[in-house]
Amino acid sequence: MNKHQPPITLQTLHTTIPHDSGPKHVAGVAEYIDDMIEPASTMHAYLALSARAHAEIVGIDFSAVRAAPGVIGILTAEDIPGENDVSPSHKHDEPIFAVGKVHFWGQPLFAVLAETRGQARRAAHLAKVEYKDLPFINTVREAQQAGGKLVAEPLKLERGDVEAGLAAAPRKVAGHVEIGGQDHFYLEGQIAMAIPGEDEDVTVFSSTQHPSEVQLMVAQVLGIRHHAVTINVRRMGGGFGGKETQGNLFACVAALAAKKWNRACKIRPDRDDDMTATGKRHDFVVDYQVGYDESGKIHAVDAVYGARAGFSSDLSGPVTDRALFHADNAYWYPAVRVRSEPLYTNTVSNTAFRGFGGPQGMLAAERWIEEIAYDLGRDPLEIRKANFYGTDRNNVTPYHQTVEDNVIHRVVEELETSSDYQARRRAILDYNATSPILKRGIALTPVKFGISFTATWYNQGGALVHLYKDGTIQLNHGGTEMGQGLHTKVAQLVADAFGVGLETVKIMTTSTGKVANTSATAASSGTDLNGAAALDAARQIKERLARHAAKLFDVSESQVEWAQGGVRTGDKFIGLAELAMSAYLNRVQLSAAGFYQTPKVHWDRATGRGRPFYYYAYGAAVSEVTIDTLTGENSVDRVDILHDVGRSLNPALDLGQIEGGFIQGMGWLTTEELWWDSKGELRTKAPSTYKIPLASDVPPIFNVKLAEWSANKEAAVGRSKAVGEPPFMLAMSVVEALSMAVASVADYRIAPRLNTPVTPERVLMGVERLKREARG
Amino acid sequence: MTEVSNAIRFILNDEEITLTDIKADTTLLDWLRLERRLRGSKEGCAEGDCGACTVLVGRLMDDEIIYDSVTACIRFVGSLHGTHVVTIEHLRGKDGILHPVQQAMVDHHGSQCGFCTPGFVMSLYGLWMRNPEPSQTAIEKALQGNLCRCTGYAPIIRAGKAMGTYGQPQADPLWAERIALKGKIKAITDGRRVEISDQIIVPANLDDFARVYEANPQATIVAGSTDVGLWVTKFMRTISPVIFIGHLPELRRIAENDGEVQFYAGVSYSEALPTLTTHFPAMAELWNRLAGEQIRNMGTIGGNIANGSPIGDTPPPLIVLGAKLHLRRGEHRREIKLEDYFLAYGKQDRQPGEFVESVTIPLLPAGEKFAVYKISKRREEDISTLCGAFRISVDDAGNVDTARIAFGGMAATPKRARAVEAVLVGQPWIQATIEAAIAAFAEDYQPISDMRASAEYRLLTAQNLLKRFYLETVGQGQRLKREVA
Repeated sequence: MNKHQPPITLQTLHTTIPHDSGPKHVAGVAEYIDDMIEPASTMHAYLALSARAHAEIVGIDFSAVRAAPGVIGILTAEDIPGENDVSPSHKHDEPIFAVGKVHFWGQPLFAVLAETRGQARRAAHLAKVEYKDLPFINTVREAQQAGGKLVAEPLKLERGDVEAGLAAAPRKVAGHVEIGGQDHFYLEGQIAMAIPGEDEDVTVFSSTQHPSEVQLMVAQVLGIRHHAVTINVRRMGGGFGGKETQGNLFACVAALAAKKWNRACKIRPDRDDDMTATGKRHDFVVDYQVGYDESGKIHAVDAVYGARAGFSSDLSGPVTDRALFHADNAYWYPAVRVRSEPLYTNTVSNTAFRGFGGPQGMLAAERWIEEIAYDLGRDPLEIRKANFYGTDRNNVTPYHQTVEDNVIHRVVEELETSSDYQARRRAILDYNATSPILKRGIALTPVKFGISFTATWYNQGGALVHLYKDGTIQLNHGGTEMGQGLHTKVAQLVADAFGVGLETVKIMTTSTGKVANTSATAASSGTDLNGAAALDAARQIKERLARHAAKLFDVSESQVEWAQGGVRTGDKFIGLAELAMSAYLNRVQLSAAGFYQTPKVHWDRATGRGRPFYYYAYGAAVSEVTIDTLTGENSVDRVDILHDVGRSLNPALDLGQIEGGFIQGMGWLTTEELWWDSKGELRTKAPSTYKIPLASDVPPIFNVKLAEWSANKEAAVGRSKAVGEPPFMLAMSVVEALSMAVASVADYRIAPRLNTPVTPERVLMGVERLKREARG
Repeated sequence: MTEVSNAIRFILNDEEITLTDIKADTTLLDWLRLERRLRGSKEGCAEGDCGACTVLVGRLMDDEIIYDSVTACIRFVGSLHGTHVVTIEHLRGKDGILHPVQQAMVDHHGSQCGFCTPGFVMSLYGLWMRNPEPSQTAIEKALQGNLCRCTGYAPIIRAGKAMGTYGQPQADPLWAERIALKGKIKAITDGRRVEISDQIIVPANLDDFARVYEANPQATIVAGSTDVGLWVTKFMRTISPVIFIGHLPELRRIAENDGEVQFYAGVSYSEALPTLTTHFPAMAELWNRLAGEQIRNMGTIGGNIANGSPIGDTPPPLIVLGAKLHLRRGEHRREIKLEDYFLAYGKQDRQPGEFVESVTIPLLPAGEKFAVYKISKRREEDISTLCGAFRISVDDAGNVDTARIAFGGMAATPKRARAVEAVLVGQPWIQATIEAAIAAFAEDYQPISDMRASAEYRLLTAQNLLKRFYLETVGQGQRLKREVA
């Protein structure tokens, strides 16, 4: 904050304010790209997709496509003036259109341009494609057995002597856990509309979390320079990571067609094609060996994280990195070695998804706790507590960062009490002893999630703030709005800084023309980075205004105070509008570009050492479930959450992220199953077959609280903490509660080892297995 | 001869619409968004499963306009003759003041990305008009066909609980204008058949339908369009000419005759629910878990049977209840047992030009035990992994007199478990008999593994459902039950 001004206490910050677009959402007037008025003669593009998992393309007969009604033309790899590549890792391994070979079922082959979307879509199916089939790899295990080809550099994190730790541990367990992937199921699918301009110019409206990368990709495929490309995004209908890189291809196709035909072009796949052709959360198989003792303390961990990366690198390198960064969850391992394998498979290239590998990393850690607890006949919560990071010792992570802000003990202690965990667990044990068919389970799981991009250079934000002569403010920043309320939070910060109401701050479309070289709105970092950058811009304008006001008041700058609606000195007050006009007339600049770089973070991937995270966000959840041991059907009956968002900028928005994140995580771990058939085609590719949670899946008792005592130890905006991703992982408590219910059929002496998603089938088969094993 | 008009006519919000050149496969959503530029209704899935396109369609029933929430993405414009279509654009007042349901959603933070929100608002609006202060159970049911990926639903449910405090339906324009609207709808439904080129036929009445279909046996019959809608939006099939029948009141009749109930083929799931659950309380759970509210408002009993799907949810219970199918071609009618209708995968006993007119279900004799179980990956709004129906009568000696068991999802058609039944009949109705019968399931069914479940799971669960049925008949049943405050 500016040294000139004491903090302003207008009620725009640390208070509940509805999402700025709420009134527009409910009226159906919030505009998404498909709602925009198209320029005259807009063309529609549609992708033709591979119908093989792995094959050589022998030939394509386009004659029926060209003859179809409304068809304007066909766009193939040969029509790309620049590079046929949209690889976000810049490994040049992700063509827009397959050439020579297809690597997964659903890979784009070409695009059809037509007068209407319906015509383009119908025509795209008319090509006769001749394939020569090749053997294909579908799963992690198949990939490992075929030699384990990787799409990105693997990572190893190591601390302590793992061999010695395992050898000396009184007890050991080895096993593996299979963790399913997840489709984002953003309600607004991928979409882009491109409008050609003069010279090389092109403007693209893209549903993307990363406008600057779309800009780079469009320039790359057109063979032009970045300054000719403008990317705009007002809002997305959901992102969740699915629009961090997956929008690139669609934006590029629209831009290529727009420039080739000099007409505007829109592209929007059908839901089935969207789910077939775009990347998802990575499935993992984690092979582990854990040494521990009779007290439940872990001595050593050795684990390999195999991930279904798909056919190209995309973000699989950083995603599998982050899985390793969260292999500890909130637990201290005296000796640890974890390794990643981002494996090539003949499936769609998997990508970012809320948590970015972190959830898979943590789920394996919770599996180890489960193994130890059922081996020792203890409540898994005792094992968790026995292994939590300490506050001043036992606090170094596998990547050698010291955990300096640990609040997990307090979070868990408070939740254990407020949820009445112990009494409820006893009641459940009693219930299970006499209930023949229905069994219950309860579990408390912690979350510790590292905040910052592990690609250190991404930890920067930019903003452009204009103060106009009438005292109104236009706010531009590099972050994108996908529903999380980022724009609302940044506007709150700016309104608070100027001492004005929110109605004075106009939130603008995110545009690469306003703020350049932005980072993806991802890694939960949107508010931290862009809010701080916007505050930096506000500070500059305020400093100039304060200097000007000091002249007007004929006092020193230090005597000028910011107050509600303007500045004051003594009993003299001047409103912001009047001050802005006066400043303008005196040739004071009323615009400022703000910038922020996250301090302290550094990371050396080669040595596996550094401080990749600025701080950690913490939380814990207690879930209670019931299973039906005849069918495996199950229900989540009650959930209690205590989550740490530091000092909340907007409790309603934070609560929304926690509730929404938890339910999304619950879906990932229970009903959302990706299923490929024997030909390698994904068959769960629409809401009829891919089942995200419904309103009636929300736990009937759902108590969510913010840790109101928390404030970020680091100087993040308003001492708040990032909230986008961490709550997602609270849903691990559902898996562990289901595990307890399953374990009840064998008197809690056998670890259920449920793989995810824990569908009714997995519950029933788990029950059957434990009954069999208990019988001996 | 029936008089013929050449225009589909309906009311869109406050505007009367007359369409003379509409195509059979034009969906309401595409028409709203592309032709009318009403872009508040969103396309999330184009298969009726996500609800982002939810609108209300009002139709005259017993001299009142009944408004149902429907998914515009799979509703055809040709089916709208004589209706009042209400979209999200109609809710906000001319003065810009939000509707009570909208304001409740804003105040309770019910939107995040906002894309699904218009659909949620419309579903809540439909509920609010019938029940402004709904229970959580009623809200959940009304929202079964709406997917939200951001909020986790909790704030939307809170908005639903509070919406009655924001305003009451009596103050709503639809209520205030209902008499004028009724007049407009009556003027449209003038007793003429509608024909549009070679695309669309909207018969004047049931007899007219029979005549038209006999003369055009190649036509596609569309009642609720919950299946045919996907032929267009997903498979891009040509469906014209189409005969739309959803508007025919004669096909929406429910008759409670002596010892049986008769549902005409156009009765929607929603309309059937009260009568069905009165006579067959065991069907209530199935009915409430079948699809979402919008699809239950659209989909028909006749359609669920006629399309012959192996995973339709109505055939298994109707087969064990001994339902009879009434088929009609022109003036020729015949009656068959429902279970005989399903010949093979994709093949039914229905002749060209012949249609399902009604289904009659004999009431259950006193003392007979009957249950139906739907198993799905997600509890609600999911296609069944398997659906099993059981019916048994036990004689005075405690032996099984008759046994009827049928499953969907276990074979290429809905199918009786005759081998299991044979083991049960004549045996005492005790645990040991159940254990002995279980092996016979493998004779009756060789299910497949697919995206819903493995063959192994299907067979094991089918067996366990017989155990459940037995336990429930002897008072030892336990079932998951959702209990909300």
